Amino acid sequence: MKQRPPLSFARFWAIVLKEFVQMRRDRLTFGMIIGIPVVQLMLFGYAINGDPKHLPTAVLMADSSQYSRSLLSALKNSDYFRFVRRLNSENEAEKALARGDVQFVVTIPVDFSRKLLRGEKPTILVEADATDPSATGNAIASLRTAINSGLQNDFKGPLAFLAGSDAAVNLRVHARYNPEGISQFNIVPGLMGVVLTMTMVMITGLAITRERERGTMENLLSMPTRPLEVLLGKILPYIFVGYIQVGLILIAARFLFHVPMAGSIPLLLLTSLIFIAANLAMGITFSTLAKNQLQAVQMTFFFFLPSLLLSGFMFPFRGMPEWAQVIGEILPLTHFLRIVRGILLKGNGFSEVMLQLWQIVLFAAIVLTIGVKRYRKTLD
Amino acid sequence: MNGNIAIDVRGMTKRFGEHTVVNGIDLQMRSGEVCGFLGPNGSGKTTFIRMLCGLLAADAGEGTCLGFDVIRESEAIKRHIGYMTQRFSFYEDLSIVENLDFVARMYDVNNRRQAVQDSIERLGLAARQKQLAGELSGGWKQRLALAACLIHNPRLLLLDEPTAGVDPKARRDFWEQIHELAGQGLTFLITTHYMDEAERCDRLAYLSYGNLLTHGTAAEVIAGAGLTTWSVSGSELAELALQLRGIPGVNQAVAFGARLHVSGTSQHLLEQAIAPFRTEQHTWQQVNPGLEDVFIHLMGTSQDNYTL
Ligand SMILES: Nc1ncnc2c1ncn2[C@@H]1O[C@H](COP(=O)(O)OP(=O)(O)OP(=O)(O)O)[C@@H](O)[C@H]1O
Ligand SMILES: [Mg+2]
Repeated sequence: MKQRPPLSFARFWAIVLKEFVQMRRDRLTFGMIIGIPVVQLMLFGYAINGDPKHLPTAVLMADSSQYSRSLLSALKNSDYFRFVRRLNSENEAEKALARGDVQFVVTIPVDFSRKLLRGEKPTILVEADATDPSATGNAIASLRTAINSGLQNDFKGPLAFLAGSDAAVNLRVHARYNPEGISQFNIVPGLMGVVLTMTMVMITGLAITRERERGTMENLLSMPTRPLEVLLGKILPYIFVGYIQVGLILIAARFLFHVPMAGSIPLLLLTSLIFIAANLAMGITFSTLAKNQLQAVQMTFFFFLPSLLLSGFMFPFRGMPEWAQVIGEILPLTHFLRIVRGILLKGNGFSEVMLQLWQIVLFAAIVLTIGVKRYRKTLD
Repeated sequence: MNGNIAIDVRGMTKRFGEHTVVNGIDLQMRSGEVCGFLGPNGSGKTTFIRMLCGLLAADAGEGTCLGFDVIRESEAIKRHIGYMTQRFSFYEDLSIVENLDFVARMYDVNNRRQAVQDSIERLGLAARQKQLAGELSGGWKQRLALAACLIHNPRLLLLDEPTAGVDPKARRDFWEQIHELAGQGLTFLITTHYMDEAERCDRLAYLSYGNLLTHGTAAEVIAGAGLTTWSVSGSELAELALQLRGIPGVNQAVAFGARLHVSGTSQHLLEQAIAPFRTEQHTWQQVNPGLEDVFIHLMGTSQDNYTL
């Protein structure tokens, strides 16, 4: 008996050619093959900065002496701090931190120069929004050196006795919201948004394409129904799925990771509803754009990747270059992360949450409008 | 106005790219009529039906369907028609009762539960109503689909090969049901490839490569073709058919069971052509051409037109 070769080259080659033809026809897959590595290179190569600089800082300056000014310019020269605002009260400082407007508040006390001149070691207070410890760690570490070297120039003449000493001023750092710098406190609540983004977009992304592929679309379209009915009808059931995920993560956060829950849980659940709906709207819109289920999955990833990388989940938001932040600001996950961390860690209330929430609502509305417009009422 | 006109469309045209798959079709149907829609595969039957119910946008054409503008008022049309797709298009992952219930909800049927139960009883599926539609045999899927199309009491039914794969008994029941409903004033447009079904229709329309070749009652269609047909019996008919084909005057020589039907458009030429073959070996007999002779003839001519 003749031994048959394990592989027919002709058949193999036929398949290779066929696959190439199919790949060429499927523009989107082809685009993804190119697009994903490009996006990843850009993100990991350029966008990601584990050592964020120029962090927005507010100053509460009760003493406006030459020494105070030297101190501020020393901080500025360290490159970690960018002064964006002067505050007038402790209350304002509190608000600015809670809303996330600034990362740091530097407080220079009234008697700063007097005490300095007397060698009484005045205290500089630096409050940091330490929700994400990796965003503030390096800046805080640099404080001591920056202050000392900044003041050295002023320690001349009568103040020469202070020169060289390390302890001309007291530095007090308050790492707010997450004083121990436990990164889980930052990551676990964030994970809620990430998981929702991934699954919600994917689930609904398949919704319309599945109908098309199984041929049930023809039947559905022959019935008297409007696009919005179909789209919203497919969104609603998954809101429950989303809530199950939210519940699971909250339970894990509470009992496994002991994440503090400073704010209102009902408020968190309400904002989750809007966030879930926004992601479902995104998914359903992908579904109207995609020709088949595979394309829908690919689109999901194309949305998920920047969400993951540019929202401030993986890397400190302020460590990203401007263009990446601009993209990040569009994504619902970015705002949801701020909301979740704000509510759980900072104890933020409705007014702080609204600052982020309306942007998610806007996103959902725009995306759903595109979906309704793109939903084909015919089979063409 | 025309309460008894169900469909009145003119010049319906659909192109896919460069191909015109439905080419300026006119069709009129009265309420209560059962119209058989015939034509070879790919002739545009499904495409035409999809345009009627607004599933495909027509590239040209105008008219009314159930009194609604066929181009602009497809929403209204959809409410009053039942469309049974050629390929089973209900949800295979829903049970029979869930599918029917879904349809009934979509059409906002009054007394929904009752309507669904009635429909299941009529189907004879009461015992299996919880079974997933995907698990049904092909024929049962067809029957489920038909039941689902009827649940909202449509006035016009567009049935795309509703009996494909259905057993003879069920097909007989199906046609009885159709005539009963037609008696109540429902209008049917039914595509089929079966001749016996074509004969049961009040009127026929024959489509080929997007063109409406003929329409009318079965008798009109047959008369319109102007065929003369001879039926031959005896031995070695296949051999005979081979010899006959291609002789001028013989348009077609087709096996019908144990007989051979030889047809031509000119009686004179046909008789000349067959004269040498009328030997002792075979019995020749002139017969009235049937629908199948006519349709096979139509298929042949339209192909000629296409290649010209
Ligand atoms: N979406 C489409 N895109 C391109 N061509 C199409 C499309 N749908 C149908 N066609 C073409 O239109 C022609 C008519 O198709 P249609 O399905 O209407 O035929 P049919 O008469 O229903 O055939 P059958 O008896 O096989 O069901 C065919 O040539 C088909 O290839
Ligand atoms: Mg068809």
